[in-house]
Amino acid sequence: MEILINLGYLVAAVLFILGIKGMTTPKTAVRGNQLSATGMLIAVVAALLDHNVVSYEYIIIGVLIGGAIGAFMAKKVAMTDMPEMVAALNGIGGGASLLVAAANYLESQQLAEMGKFTPTYDWSVAVILSILIGAVTLTGSFVAVGKLKGRIGDAKNVKLFKWIVKLCLLTLLGGAGYFAAVDPLHADLLVGGLIILCLVLGVCLVMPIGGADMPVVVSLLNSYSGLAGAAAGFVLGNNGLIITGSLVGASGIILTSIMCKAMNRSLTNVLFGGSMAASAGVSKSENDAFYEGKVKFSSADELAMLLDGAQSVVFVPGYGLAVAQAQHATRELANMLESKGASVKYAIHPVAGRMPGHMNVLLAEAEVPYDQLVEMDAINPEFAQTDVAIVLGANDVVNPAAAKDPASPIFGMPILDVHNAKTVVVVKRGLSPGFAGIPNELFIRDNSLMVPGDAKKVLQDTIGALKDL
Amino acid sequence: MEMFILSLTIFVLAIFVGVEVINKVPPTLHTPLMSGTNAISGIVVVGAILSSGGSEHTTLLSTILGVAAIALATINIVAGFMVTDRMLNMFKKK
Repeated sequence: MEILINLGYLVAAVLFILGIKGMTTPKTAVRGNQLSATGMLIAVVAALLDHNVVSYEYIIIGVLIGGAIGAFMAKKVAMTDMPEMVAALNGIGGGASLLVAAANYLESQQLAEMGKFTPTYDWSVAVILSILIGAVTLTGSFVAVGKLKGRIGDAKNVKLFKWIVKLCLLTLLGGAGYFAAVDPLHADLLVGGLIILCLVLGVCLVMPIGGADMPVVVSLLNSYSGLAGAAAGFVLGNNGLIITGSLVGASGIILTSIMCKAMNRSLTNVLFGGSMAASAGVSKSENDAFYEGKVKFSSADELAMLLDGAQSVVFVPGYGLAVAQAQHATRELANMLESKGASVKYAIHPVAGRMPGHMNVLLAEAEVPYDQLVEMDAINPEFAQTDVAIVLGANDVVNPAAAKDPASPIFGMPILDVHNAKTVVVVKRGLSPGFAGIPNELFIRDNSLMVPGDAKKVLQDTIGALKDL
Repeated sequence: MEMFILSLTIFVLAIFVGVEVINKVPPTLHTPLMSGTNAISGIVVVGAILSSGGSEHTTLLSTILGVAAIALATINIVAGFMVTDRMLNMFKKK
C-alpha cells in the first residue's frame, strides 16, 4: 500500500509538470490546467488511503468549508482584481503550510512518547524553515493585498522596518539554534513564539516596499508559497510535496526575475530600497511647472477625427485601464477601426498593471485575440510606422527619460517607444506623476496630445463621435 | 540523514525541471500561470489530511490545526483551478 501511495504522489507530480507544460500555448492551456487538477485529485486520493487516516469526518468538514469559500472566490472575482486574488491565494497557501508544520510538530511529540520517533537535526531545521516561510508568506501576502487595494500606503519609515526585520532575524536565528540543539520536542512555547515572530517578520518585510513594486512582491510571494509547501514536504518526508513545492517555487522565481529586469532594478533594491517615489519623486509644484502651458489638450471628438484617417493604431494599456474597467470599450473601438480597414495592435509592457500578464487577461476578457497582443521587444520597432498610439492609463513605462536621461531614477528601464509614433494620444485622468513620482516628457512632446478623463468615458465618447462622422 | 539527502536531491532537480518548463510559458499567460501554480501549491493538503485523519498519535489541537489547514489548502486548490480555468477559457474563445 505504501508503495502505491507514493506512486500516486509521483503520478500527481508528473501531471503537474505536464499541466504547466500545457501552459506554453493558449490553445493547450485549458487542457493543461485540467491535467493539473487531475493530478491534485490523485494526490488527495493517495493521501486518503494512508494508514494514518482512520476517520474521514474532520477531513470532509475541512474540504467542504474550503471548497465552498474557494468556489465562491473564483466565481465572484473580477478580472481587474486578479492581482489581489493571486496575492490572497499565496497567503492562504503559506498559512496552510504553516498549520501543517505546527500540527506535525504536535504529532511528533505524541509519536516520540510512544517511542516511534526520534527528532533529527534535519527534521528540526525543516520545522523551523516551514514555520518561517509559511508565516512570512501568510502575513506578507495580506499586506500586499492591502497595498494593491490601496488601503495600505507606502511606508514613510523604511529604516524602522529594516531595523525590526534585522532584530526578528537575529532572534529567530537564536531561537532556531536553541530549538535544534537543545530539546526540540519540549519547546511548545518557543515554537509558538517563533511563529508569532515570523508573522511579524512577514509584515515588516512587505510594508516598506512601494506600491509600484507590487508585481515583484506578488511574484516573489508566489515563489515563497511553493517553497513553504516544499519545506512542509521535508518535515513530513513526503517527496510529492517536495517536487510540487519546488515547481511552484521555480515559477515564482522566474516571474520575479522577469519583473525585476523589466524595471531595471535588482531584487535587493526592490525589497530593501523603499518606495521609489519617496526617494526620487518631485513635489507637486515642480510637477506642475514641468507641464505648465506645454501640454496640448484635445478632446474625444478630435481623437475620433484623427483615428478616422489612421491606417495603423497601437493601444498601450496600463494600470489606468484596469482601474477604469475600460477593456471592453477599448475592444469596441478597436473593432470599429478594424472595420474601417486600419490595423490594430496592443503593446504590452511586462510590468503594465499590477502583476505579470495582468493586461493580457483583461484584454482577453474583452475578447481581444491574443495574437494582437504584442510584447515590448516585438512592437518597439513598429512604432515608427504607427499613425496613432493611444496610451491608456500608462505612465512610467512610456517615459522617454528612461532611455536617455541618466539622471532619471528610472534610467535604464526598458520602455515602449510610443514617442516614435506619428501621433501619441495620452488618455489620462490628470497630470499627476506615475508610480516613480517623476513627470513624463512624453506628454509635452510635439507629437503628443492629451485627452483628459477616465479611459472608459473617453473611449465611449470617441466611439460615439466616430459613428457620427 | 540519507533520507534527507535524497529529499534534497529531489528538491534541487525539481527546481531545475520547473525552471526549464516555466521559461517556455509566454508572458500572455503569466497571470493564469500564477493562479495555476497557486492551485498546485495546495498539494500541502496531503499533509493536512494526514494530520486530520484521527490516528492514535493526533491530539485535539493537532486535529484542529489539521482541519484548518485542509480548509485553507482546499480554498487554494478550488479557487486556483477554477479561476485559472475561467481565465484560460477567455484566451481560448477566439
